[in-house]
Amino acid sequence: MPKLTLDDLAKIREKTKRTTEIREGGDYRAKITVHMGTCGIAAGARKIMNAFMQIMEDKEISDVLLTNSGCAGLCSKEPMATIEVSGQAPVKYIDLTEEKTKQIFEKHVLGGDIVKDYALGIGSEKTDY
Amino acid sequence: MTEKNKDKTFRIHLMVCAGTACVSNGSFEIKEALEKEIKKYDLKEEVLVVTTGCNGFCERGPLLVVQPGNIFYQQLKLKDIPHLVEEHFLKGRPVEKLMYSPPEEKTPIPILSDIDFFKKQVLIALQNRGLIDPEKIDEYIARDGYRALAKALTEMTPEEIIKEIKESGLRGRGGGGFPTGLKWEFVRNATSPNGGEKYIICNGDEGDPGAFMDRSILEADPHCVIEGMLIGAKAVGASQGFLYVRDEYPLAISRLNIALEQAREYGLLGKDIFGSGFDFDIKVTRGAGAFVCGEETALLASVEGKLGEPRPRPPYPAESGLWGKPTCINNVETWANICRIINRGGKWFSSIGTETSKGTKVFSLVGKINNTGLVEVPMGITLREIIEDIGGGIPGGKEFKAVQTGGPSGGCIPKEKIDLPIDYESLSEVGSIMGSGGMVVMDEDTCMVDVAKFFLTFTQDESCGKCTPCREGTKAMQQILTRITEGKGKEEDLSLLEDLAKSIKDSALCGLGQTAPNPVLTTIRYFRDEYEAHIQEKKCPAHVCRELNTYTIDEDICLNKGHGCDLCRKNCSADAILGEKKQAHKIIQDKCIKCGVCYDVCNFGAVKVD
Repeated sequence: MPKLTLDDLAKIREKTKRTTEIREGGDYRAKITVHMGTCGIAAGARKIMNAFMQIMEDKEISDVLLTNSGCAGLCSKEPMATIEVSGQAPVKYIDLTEEKTKQIFEKHVLGGDIVKDYALGIGSEKTDY
Repeated sequence: MTEKNKDKTFRIHLMVCAGTACVSNGSFEIKEALEKEIKKYDLKEEVLVVTTGCNGFCERGPLLVVQPGNIFYQQLKLKDIPHLVEEHFLKGRPVEKLMYSPPEEKTPIPILSDIDFFKKQVLIALQNRGLIDPEKIDEYIARDGYRALAKALTEMTPEEIIKEIKESGLRGRGGGGFPTGLKWEFVRNATSPNGGEKYIICNGDEGDPGAFMDRSILEADPHCVIEGMLIGAKAVGASQGFLYVRDEYPLAISRLNIALEQAREYGLLGKDIFGSGFDFDIKVTRGAGAFVCGEETALLASVEGKLGEPRPRPPYPAESGLWGKPTCINNVETWANICRIINRGGKWFSSIGTETSKGTKVFSLVGKINNTGLVEVPMGITLREIIEDIGGGIPGGKEFKAVQTGGPSGGCIPKEKIDLPIDYESLSEVGSIMGSGGMVVMDEDTCMVDVAKFFLTFTQDESCGKCTPCREGTKAMQQILTRITEGKGKEEDLSLLEDLAKSIKDSALCGLGQTAPNPVLTTIRYFRDEYEAHIQEKKCPAHVCRELNTYTIDEDICLNKGHGCDLCRKNCSADAILGEKKQAHKIIQDKCIKCGVCYDVCNFGAVKVD
C-alpha cells in the first residue's frame, strides 16, 4: 500500500467509524467485545470468545460483530465482555462463563434485554476530559 | 476538574454525550450549534463545551448535561439550540420543556461512569482501553489515532513540540519523574559524535512485583506508544527507535509487532512519513527479564547486546547513550501521554493534577483489595480515594494497614497517611516514591518485617553484582532481616540496618542499589514496634513469621464443640498432635514444626496461635 496522506488518514477514520460503530441501518445490529488482555485470557476470555463464535456459527448469525480488545481495567471481575446493541447503550458483563454467554447472547444480543444479573453497568467510561 | 484549572474557570460546563447512539442522533451537530451560539453571545470565556462518553440514556439522546446543577436536556434538536443558549446560558433561565428528570428507578443496572471503580478515574494514557481491537490500526485511527503525528509532522517545528511538552508539565512515568520536555530538549541540543544519529528508546522493562501498567498499555493500545515515539523522534531529531519489552510479555510483543507492521504498511513508519521528509522506524528488543535492565544505562547495554549492567552517570543517555549517541529514553506510559498532549495542548494537560505533578498516573492496584485492577487517576487524588472508593476497600472486613508504592525501590505508607494526596513530592516526603505505578495494598494480617524481607530478597536476587554496596550490602541486610523473622534478632540489629541502608543509598552505582533500602527504612520508620516485637519478645504480631508462632489447642473447645474430631491429628505431618476421636487433643511443642496446618483445618477455632 502506498504511503498514507493526511486525506487518507481522515478517510480511514470516517470509514472505520462507520463500520465499527453500531447504528441503525448499519452493517451490524450488535457488537460483542471480549476483553482479552493477558489478565482476561488468564481468567478464561478465550473460552468466552470461542463460546460466542460457536453460538454465532450454530445460529448462522452474520450481522453481529464479534471482536476483541484489551484489558478493561477491572481485572478481578474478568472474563469481561461489552455488548452494544444498535440504538442502545453498551453494557459491560463481568465474571463470565460459557453458560452465561449463552444467556447473554440469547436475551441481550438477539432480544435486546439486558441480563441484569450478570451486568456490571451500562454506558461507557469518561474518556474525554 | 474545573476547580483545578488555574488558568481559566468556566461558569458553566456543557457535557454533550458523544456515545455512539447520541452521535448517530446528531450530537456533534448539536455541539457545533452550541459553540456557534456561544460565540455569538460572546460567552466563550464563560461556557465550556465538552464531549463525554455514553451515560446510558441513549433512548433520550442527543443529551446535554449542564454543570453545575446537573440539568439534563434531552432529545435536542438543532432548532432548540439558539433559544436554549439565549435563555439558559445568557439569561440564566433553564428551559424546562427540554428538560428530563430521570425517574427514581433510573435503569435496571448502574450507569458505568457512576460506579465507584470508574467514577474517579481520568483516562489519558488509557483512553482507548477496552474500546479498540489492538491488532487493527484502522480502529486506532478511527479514535483520532495518528492525528497528533500528522499535526507534529506537518504543522509543528521540533522546538514547538518540545515547548508543548514542557508546558504540559509531563514528568517521567517510569518512576524518576524527570521533566519529559526538558529531557527532549537536552537530546535535541546534544551533538552526536561525527554528526551521527540520535536514538529514541521506549523502556518497557516493567519488573516491579505486582506491576502491570506498561503491559496493559502495550497490549490494549500499542499504536499510542508508537505514535508518541514518532513525535518524540521528530522533536529530538532521531531516525531510529527501540522498544525494549521483557520477553515475559509475549502478548504485548506480538501485538506490538503487528502494530509496527501495520504502521509500516501505511507508511507511518519508514521514509518520508506523510510526505514531510521525516524518516523513522522502530525495532522491538526483547529483554531477558533481568530487573536491573529497567535502569536506563543497563538497558542501553542490553540493547547494544552487552551484559545488562549499569554504568555511572554522568554522562547521561541524553548526552551519550546508545553506542555513544544522544538517546532519549522514556517509559511506556510517558510515551502513551504524548499524542494526547499534542492533540489537546500542553495547557490542557497541565490543568489536571497538582502544582508539581501534572496529568494522570496509571496504577496497578493489587494485594488485599476488593477491586484488583488497572486504574488511571489524576495526580493529587488521595490514597484513601484510590483504596476505599476505587479499590472498594479491603476484603473480608479486615483493617487496612499499609500500601506499598514504587515496587522494590519504594516504601510502605502506613494507615495514618491514607489522606496523602499523591504526587511525586508527597510520596518522596513519606519515604516512598511514585515509581512506575505498582500499588500493593496490605491488611492487618501482613507482617511488615516479612514485607521488608520479601522486597530485599527480590533486590538481592536481582542485584547485578557490579558494585559492592549493592551486591554485599543488600545481602547483609537480607541476612539481618531473616534472622529477625526467625526470632534470632539482636538488640543492635535495627541500628545496624539503618546504618547499612544509609551507606548503600549513598554509595551504590545505580538506582536499583540506591533505592533498595527504601522498603526497610519505611517499615522501620512506621512500624518500629513490629520490629521490636520480633527482636525483644520473639513474637510476630501478625503471626506470619512461622518460627515465632506457638500453636496450642484449647482443650475445652476441642472436646465440647469439636467432639475431638481428630482432623488436626490426621493432617499433622510431624506427628506432633496427641489425641483420639472424642477426646481433647494436644500439641507436643518439641515436635511441632509450626506449619500451621492444624490451625487452618480446625473447624471449631480450637487451635490458637500466639
